[in-house]
Amino acid sequence: MSVNPGDALVIAGRPIRSRLLVGTGKFPSLGAMRAAIDASGAEIVTVALRRVDLDDPADDLLEHLDRERILLLPNTSGARDADEAVRLARLARAAGLGTWLKLEVTPEPRWLLPDPVETLRAAEILVREGFTVLPYMNADPILARRLEEAGCATVMPLGAPIGSNKGFRTRDAVRIIIENARVPVVVDAGLGLPSHAADALESGADAVLVNTAIAVARDPVAMAQAFAGAVQAGRAAYLAGPGAERDTAEASSPLTGFLDP
Amino acid sequence: MTTPAADAAARVAYVLAGGEAQPADLPWLLSPAVDPWLEPLARLAHRRTVAHFGRTVQLYAPVYLSNACLNRCLYCGFSARNEAPRVTLDAAGIEAELDAVRATGFRHVLLVTGEAPDEVGLDYLEAAVRAAKRRFPSVSIEIYPLDEAGYRRLVAAGAEGLVLYQETYDRALYAKVHAGGPKADYDARLEAPERACRAGLRKVGLGTLLGLGDPVEDAVALAGHLARLRKAYWRTFFTLSVPRLRPARGGMRPRVQVSDRLLARMIVAYRLVFRDVGLVVSTREPAALRDRLVPLGVTQMSAGSRTEPGGYATGEGAERQFAVEDGRTPAEVAERLAGLGYEPLWKDWDRNLG
Repeated sequence: MSVNPGDALVIAGRPIRSRLLVGTGKFPSLGAMRAAIDASGAEIVTVALRRVDLDDPADDLLEHLDRERILLLPNTSGARDADEAVRLARLARAAGLGTWLKLEVTPEPRWLLPDPVETLRAAEILVREGFTVLPYMNADPILARRLEEAGCATVMPLGAPIGSNKGFRTRDAVRIIIENARVPVVVDAGLGLPSHAADALESGADAVLVNTAIAVARDPVAMAQAFAGAVQAGRAAYLAGPGAERDTAEASSPLTGFLDP
Repeated sequence: MTTPAADAAARVAYVLAGGEAQPADLPWLLSPAVDPWLEPLARLAHRRTVAHFGRTVQLYAPVYLSNACLNRCLYCGFSARNEAPRVTLDAAGIEAELDAVRATGFRHVLLVTGEAPDEVGLDYLEAAVRAAKRRFPSVSIEIYPLDEAGYRRLVAAGAEGLVLYQETYDRALYAKVHAGGPKADYDARLEAPERACRAGLRKVGLGTLLGLGDPVEDAVALAGHLARLRKAYWRTFFTLSVPRLRPARGGMRPRVQVSDRLLARMIVAYRLVFRDVGLVVSTREPAALRDRLVPLGVTQMSAGSRTEPGGYATGEGAERQFAVEDGRTPAEVAERLAGLGYEPLWKDWDRNLG
């Protein structure tokens, strides 16, 4: 359901029906997770490979995801370097989880910040191997360019550290990334409220990825719906062309008015 | 000069307003003076835990490979002073035990031995880790301290976690309760977690045995130890445990009583000081209490534990290390967690993550 028909998000040539991407971690139960995903209307759903039993075709987590309706985006969370991320990605593909991959290389468990060097290295390898790579990255405009040059399908700068709910704190850097980008820019991580998501979309981000804020809400289904609405509103506002922010009220022509008789 | 109560109120206000608690705050966070504010502090600890870890609790099973031990620890059922029969599982016994544990649903195991390098040497441990890694995506070890090369061998074999408690940071008391055996060397044990980090173990668990030393002084020292390690080994995921001394054959009674209330304060305090470390509560604690402690900040629990070698496969056994209090099956614990609004995580790691 798009407010603006014709304004579809396209990633790697595939039209995506929602600009809200969601995660599957931290929910109180798999049932709650499934209900929230349904309510979000998200097409792209990311799942941590470390949570999935790739040897078990009847894995509980995968059983709860309707792959007819969603595009499964396995992620490599837990990977400490490029080699581990690449290994996980190959296994996911071999296990039939597709070729789309959210690349996460987060070597420290505290803030789960992405390692730029290893992320770029892994992206180069995985793109060469035919994966559609969506890399989680810090809001670094040059790194975004490098990842794009490496052939990534999107760039996914963080709004704030994962799970922090602090909102769109990296606005200035993300604006530069958006200005430069030729691939969709997805603000990933740290968005704690629907208003944060709207903020990112209003600023020109193509999409957002939200997990914690939905998963740990008192009512994950209602929060998923709220995010879906905010994402639509934010995108609509962006397309409507927001006026620039000013520090003061401004008379119409204070400096040159004298020229008019 | 402020009164102690006014002082506590000011510190509580600071923490509740979002200020960071430091290891140096532990004495007041663990003191009775904090009790009037324990509920709001617990709520804050709960919110921080949920934000970082989600509404999840990761489940693991300890697997005892051997109760042979050279040490003479006054609190432990494996002490060399005990005449109890000693059992060290052979290769077939290890496999049977691991298969039995896997069948109950676990995907995270903790291999445990006493300190008996002749009986349970590096070759033995390496083979056991390999056998476990064939069955489990996540294998941790709780064994005697090794040198860095030793830890490297076990990492190469598939171990990714280490559990090693200093028991107490009070050197004089440490010497008294570790009456003989290699464990009597305080510094060799103290420095082991650092060697493990250097060797590439990715998860390291620290703790003190509650009931031995002054719980507050030990907590301050433990937090300091952890804070130093976290600076240097920023890739390592750390956990803290709060094991209370349990009855064991020939074992001493607790020197200090650690009440349920102090245990609860401790979990809340550790969470407020370290928002991202794992907190572990084992089957040493009774079911009803464990259920209550979970929302305060617990992220990992054992379930259905047998603390004697061969206990899972044979259902009977050798001398156990300590008496288990929570006798529920793993499935019962998982069901209860779901009832409390938590997803029990059986698998939260992958063998391909090194």
